[in-house]
Amino acid sequence: MGVALTRAAQWTTASSGTGKLEITPVNESLLKEILEFVEQFSSRHPQEAKHVFKEPLQWTTSLEASDFKTEYDISGPTVKSHETDKDGHPMLQLTPPSISVHSFSQLSKIVQLATDKRLKEVRACLEANRDPVAKMLGPSFATVEGEDSSVLRLLEKVKEGDQAKETEIKVKLIILLQQLDTQLLSNSLKLISQEVRLSPAAVKNDVELLKSFCSEGEKRVLTSVQYTSDYEFTNGCRTPPWRQVHGEICYLVIKPCDTQPLHITCSTAGVFLNGGIRQEGEENSYDRTSDVYKDLVTLLKSKSPHFAENINKQDFAVQEELPTQKVQHVELVDAEEQGQPQRSYEHQEKNVHEKARQQLVQNKPGGKKKLEPSLKWKNLGLASPYDEADDKKSKKNAVSERFAETQEKMQKKADFSVSSLPGRQSSDKTKTPGGVGGADDFSESSSESEEDEEQSERRTESNTDLPSEYWQIQKLVKYLKGGNQTATVIALCSMRDFNLAQETCQLAIRDVGGLEVLINLLDTEEIKCKIGSLKILKEISRNSQIRRAIADLGGLQTMVKILDSPDKDLKYLAAETIANVAKFRRARRTVRQHGGIKRLVELLDCVPDSAALTEEQEKDVEVARCGALALWSCSKSTRNKEAIRKAGGIPLLARLLKSPHENMLIPVVGTLQECASERSYRIAIQTEGMIEDLVKNLNCDNHELQMHCASAIFKCAEDKRTRDLVRQCEGLQPLVTLLSQADNKQLLAATTGAIWKCSISMENVAKFQDYKALETLVGLLTDQPEEVLVNVVGALGEGAQKPANRATIRKCGGIQPLVNLLTGTNQALLVNVTKAVGACATELENMTIIDRLDGVRLLWSLLKNQNPDVQASAAWAICPCIENAKDSGEMVRSFVGGLELIVNLLKSTNKEVLASVCAAIAKIAKDEENLAVITDHGVVPMLAKLTNTTDDKLRRHLAEAIARCCMWGSNRVLFGEAGAVAPLVRYLKSKDSSVHQATAQALFQLSKDPNNCITMHDNGVVKLLLGMMGSTDEVLQEAAAGCVANIRRLALANEKARYG
Amino acid sequence: MAEMSAMNRKLIQNLAETLSKQVKHFNKTEAECLIRLFNGLLGDQSDRRVGNGLDRGKFRNILHNTFGMTDDMIMDRVFRAFDKDNDSYVSVKEWIEGLSIFLRGTLDEKIKYCFDVYDLNGDGYISREEMFHMLKNSLIRQPTEEDPDEGIKDLVEITLKKMDHDHDSRLSYADFEKAVRDENLLLEAFGTCLPDAKNLALELSLGHDAHVFLSWTRGRSPANEEDHKVELSRQLGEKLGLCILVSAPGGAKLGKLWVGR
Repeated sequence: MGVALTRAAQWTTASSGTGKLEITPVNESLLKEILEFVEQFSSRHPQEAKHVFKEPLQWTTSLEASDFKTEYDISGPTVKSHETDKDGHPMLQLTPPSISVHSFSQLSKIVQLATDKRLKEVRACLEANRDPVAKMLGPSFATVEGEDSSVLRLLEKVKEGDQAKETEIKVKLIILLQQLDTQLLSNSLKLISQEVRLSPAAVKNDVELLKSFCSEGEKRVLTSVQYTSDYEFTNGCRTPPWRQVHGEICYLVIKPCDTQPLHITCSTAGVFLNGGIRQEGEENSYDRTSDVYKDLVTLLKSKSPHFAENINKQDFAVQEELPTQKVQHVELVDAEEQGQPQRSYEHQEKNVHEKARQQLVQNKPGGKKKLEPSLKWKNLGLASPYDEADDKKSKKNAVSERFAETQEKMQKKADFSVSSLPGRQSSDKTKTPGGVGGADDFSESSSESEEDEEQSERRTESNTDLPSEYWQIQKLVKYLKGGNQTATVIALCSMRDFNLAQETCQLAIRDVGGLEVLINLLDTEEIKCKIGSLKILKEISRNSQIRRAIADLGGLQTMVKILDSPDKDLKYLAAETIANVAKFRRARRTVRQHGGIKRLVELLDCVPDSAALTEEQEKDVEVARCGALALWSCSKSTRNKEAIRKAGGIPLLARLLKSPHENMLIPVVGTLQECASERSYRIAIQTEGMIEDLVKNLNCDNHELQMHCASAIFKCAEDKRTRDLVRQCEGLQPLVTLLSQADNKQLLAATTGAIWKCSISMENVAKFQDYKALETLVGLLTDQPEEVLVNVVGALGEGAQKPANRATIRKCGGIQPLVNLLTGTNQALLVNVTKAVGACATELENMTIIDRLDGVRLLWSLLKNQNPDVQASAAWAICPCIENAKDSGEMVRSFVGGLELIVNLLKSTNKEVLASVCAAIAKIAKDEENLAVITDHGVVPMLAKLTNTTDDKLRRHLAEAIARCCMWGSNRVLFGEAGAVAPLVRYLKSKDSSVHQATAQALFQLSKDPNNCITMHDNGVVKLLLGMMGSTDEVLQEAAAGCVANIRRLALANEKARYG
Repeated sequence: MAEMSAMNRKLIQNLAETLSKQVKHFNKTEAECLIRLFNGLLGDQSDRRVGNGLDRGKFRNILHNTFGMTDDMIMDRVFRAFDKDNDSYVSVKEWIEGLSIFLRGTLDEKIKYCFDVYDLNGDGYISREEMFHMLKNSLIRQPTEEDPDEGIKDLVEITLKKMDHDHDSRLSYADFEKAVRDENLLLEAFGTCLPDAKNLALELSLGHDAHVFLSWTRGRSPANEEDHKVELSRQLGEKLGLCILVSAPGGAKLGKLWVGR
C-alpha cells in the first residue's frame, strides 16, 4: 500500500506531509479499494485485525461521538473504545476533531460507522498518515524505494523465537498489506494507461491550429492564443524546469470571443485552467482550478460556448478516426483539378518529409493524438479560399468522398517502399512560426520533439516513405493538367525518362491521377500529345493494375477510335497499348464490343515486301505488327477468335506469315496458335497452306517463334490431313531436333505436344523411328514439368503401338520411369501414362519389368480414380498385363478387393469405361478361380444389363466378357434368365466384323443351354449364323458353326423325344 | 489586259520554273500556284511597288488565320525565319523556300528551322532566359501560387535536363538536334511553329472567298503522291480564282492556265 500511495496516488504538491490527495479518477479508485480492504479486514483476518499498531493512526475526523454506538465509552464529545491493548489503552480514541486508532478491527468499525462519510475518512486518514504501514508496524517498515527487506528482517525475528506469536501475526499483516499494495498498483496502472497523455508536439500542433482560428474575420472563434513564455526548451516545453517535473508543458492565455481570458496549463496529464500564471514565479497560481480535459479543444468547448458552436460548424471530420496526412495531400490534388491549387508546388514538396513523418507518427499505436489530424483538416478547410465559395453541403460530400478515397489509397501506398529522400529537413524550418495560414499550418504541424528524433531514426531503418519519383511524377502530372500543348509535350517527354517499367512509377502515375489525364489527352486533337500519352500508356500498361485502371477509365474505347487515325504512329502505338491492356477478359470484350477487332484486322493489311523498305513501308509493317500483337492478346477469348475470322483476319494472317521478320511472325503465329483451338481455324490453317510456313519457321533460331509454331502444329495435328501435311512439308525432323532444347520448357512442351499429335499417324511414327525420336523422348521422362511429361508420355504411347518401338522404349530404360509416373495425380498425364504402359505391356519382356515394378497394382489402383478417362485408360492397360503376366490369375487375386472394384465399375455410365472394363473382365475370367469370384460379385446380371447397347466397341467387349463368363457354373442359364441372349443375337446385324466374332463366341457358349437355344432360334439367329459360317474369319466360322450345331442338336433331341 | 496577263503568265511560269529547281519540295506547278497566291496576297497591299514582298502584319495574318498560330512572339520568329535577308519583307523567293520547309520539310530541315525560331537572339544557343520567355504562357496561372513563375522555371529546368546534353545550361544546335532525334515530339518543344499534321490538307482562307488547300503531308497520302499534289494545286488555283488545267505528272500533256483576275 505504501508504494501504491507514493507512486500512483496523485498528491497536490510534491512536499510530503501536508499534501492532499487530489480528486481524480485514479485516486478515487485507489481509495475505494483501500476502503474495501479495510472494511472486510476484521471479518477475514480476525487475528491480524487485533494486532496493535506500533503507533496509532491519527487524523482529523468529521465523525462525532453521536456516530458511535455500543462497544464505546462515550463521554461528551470524546469517545473511547471498550477494546484495549495489553496496557489498557483504548484502541480507539476520539477527541474531536482528532481521532487515533490502534488496530485494523477498529478501522473496520470506523468505516462501517462512517457510512456515507467513509470515503472522506479514508482520505483524511491517508492524507494524515502518508506512510500508514510504518505507523502500523514500526519505522523499520517504512516504504523505501528499491529493495524492500522488511519481510526478511521480520523473518529473522521469527527465527529468534521471542514473541513468536506476535511476529507471526506481523508477518501475516505485512503480507496482506503488500498484496493490497500490488493490487492497487496494478489497478491504477490500468487507469493510467487509459489516460490521455499529451506530448509537447501534440500541444504545439493544437496551439498552432488554434492560432489560425484567430486570424479569420467573421468566422473567428477565438480572439487570441498566446504562450506565457516565448522560450522553448529543447524538449518542446515552455514551462520552468521545476514545473516540468510535474509534467507541465506550457501555459497559455487564450482569449475567447465571449468570455474572460482563460489561463491554461497544458501538462502531460491533460489541460486545465490554472490560477492565472502571467509570469514565472507566482507560486500559488500554478494550482489547478478546473477539471482536467484531454486536450485544448475539449477544454475550450466547455469554457467558451462561442467556440463550441463555431468549431462544430467546421467539425465535419472530427468524428472520423485517424485520417492520415495523406488526406491533405489528396485534397490538394483534387483542388488542383479544379484549377485552384492552394499553394505552390515547390512548397508542398518541401513538406513531403514532414508529411511522411507525420504519417508514421500517426500510425504508431496508442492513438494519443487521435483528434489532431482531423483538426488540421478543419483548418485546411477554413483556410482554403474556394471552400468559402462553396456551400457547406457540397464541401461535406467532397470531404467524405476524399476520405474514402484516401482510405483506399493508404492501402495502395503500402506498396511503395524504398526511398531516396534526402536526409532530414533542416531544423530551422521547423522553427519558423506557422501561424500564417492553413497551408503553412499543416506543413509546420510536426515540430521538433522527442518523437521527431525517434522518427528520423525509424525512417532510416524502415523505408516506408514514398519514393522521390512519386513527387516528381505528381509534379509532371500537374503540368499535364495545367499546361498548353507545349508544356504538355515537355511533361510527357520528361515522364518518359522515368523508369516506367518499375512498378513504383507505374503506380505513382495512377495514384496522382495521371492515368485520367493521359487518357483524356487521347481524346484531344493534338497529335503530339496523343503520341506522347500513348508512349507512356504503352509502357505502364505492362502492369496488371494499370491495365485494369485504363480499362475502367474507358481508355480502350478511345484507343480503338484512334486506330482509325490516318497517322501511322498513332495507329501502331494505340494497337500496341491495346495489346498490353487486353490481357484480361473484360478488356478483350470491350475491344470487341467497340469494333476494335475489325479495325485491328484492318491494320494487318500491309504488303510485307522482303526487299528494302522505305520509311513509310516500315511504318506500315510496324502498324501491322502491332495490330497482330493486339489481336494476339484479344484472341484469348473465344468470341474474339470468331470476330477475327469474320473480319477476314485469316487470309491476312496467312499473308503476314510469309513475312521475313521475326518480330512480325511471333505475334502472327501467336495469334494463329491461340485461335487453332477453334476448328474453323484448324481447317483454315490446313487449307490456306499455313502448315508449310509454320514448318519453315520451326527452323528459325528464335525460340519463342519456334514455340508458337510447334504449339500451332500441336493444336492442328488432331486432324489427319494436317499430320500428313506436316510430314510432307518435312516438319517432323525439325521437331525432333527441337527436342534438344530441353532447357526451354515452354518450347519443349510445345514440341513434344506436336510430336505426340503427329505420332497418331503411323507413317509419322515410322519417320520418328528413323529420326530416333523415341530415344530422346525416353530421356525426357524424368525431371520435367507436367505439361512436358503429358506430351512426352503421349508421344511414347502412340509410338509404342509399333512393336519395334516397344522394344526401343525398354532398351532405353523407359519402362521404369513410365511405371513411376503411374503414382502421379495429373489426370491428363495419367491417361497418357496408362496408355503407354498398356501399349508396352503387350510385349512379354516389357511385361516382366512392369510386373517386377508392381505396375499392375498401380494400374489397378487407378481404377479408383474419379476421372472416367483415367479409369478407362487404366482398364485398357490392365488387359494386356493380365494376358502377358506370369501367374496373372494369382496376381489378380492378390489385389485385395480388386475384383470387386472392377466389377463395380460396370455400374459406370461412361461407354469407354464400360468397354474397357468388359475387356478386362474377359481377360480376368480366363482364370477359373477369378471367374468364380467375380460371379459371386454379381458380374452376370451386370453384364446382362448392358447388353441393350448399340455401341459397337462396347458390344464387342461385352460379348467377349459374356463368352468368358459362361464358363462357370450356371452362368449360361443365368445370362439367359437375365435376358442377355436376344440382344446378343441382334449384335450379329452390326456392321463391325469384330463384334461378330465376339458375339458368335458368346452365342456358342450360351447355346450350350437349351433354353438359350430356343430364345436364339426365336430371334432368328440361325439365318444370321449361317451367313457368318461363310466368313473368312476362322474363329468366327467355328463359333457360328458350333452355335448352329448346338441349336440343331437340340432340335434333333426334341424330335427324338417327340417322335421316339 | 490580256497582254498583261499573258506577260504575267509567262513571267510567273519562268519564275516558277527557276524556283522549283532551287526548292526541294515543290514541283513547277505547285511553285506556280504559290507564286500566284503570293501575288494575290500582295495585291491587297495598298502600295505594291513599295514593298518587296509580304510585310510582317500580312504574314502574321496568314499564320494566324491559316495555321492557327496564336503566339505573337512565335509568329514574329517564324516571320524572321522566312525573311532570310532581314529586310522585313518576305520576298517571293523567301516565300517559296520558307513554305518548302514549313509544309514539307524533312526532319533535318525542320530541326534547323525550329532551332532558328527558338533562338530568339540568334546567338546560336537557346538560353534559359529564352526558354523562359517562350514557355511563360504555357501553364495556367494559379492565383494562389506564391510565385507564379515557379512552374515555368521548373518546366525550363525539366527541359534543360532532358535536352542539354553537354550541361552548359543552354541548348546548342547539337543539343537540340540530338534531343529531337531521340524524341521527335520535342521538335516543337518551345511552341508551335509548324503546321499541325491533323489534316492532310488545310484550307487556306484568305478572306474574300479565296480558299486554298495546301498539303504539307508529304508521303501521308495513300495514293500516288504526284497525283495528290496536282490535285491540291488544282484546288488551290481554283480557289484563288485561277483556272488551272494540268496534266498528269510526266508532262505528257501540258494544261492551260487561265488567270481569272
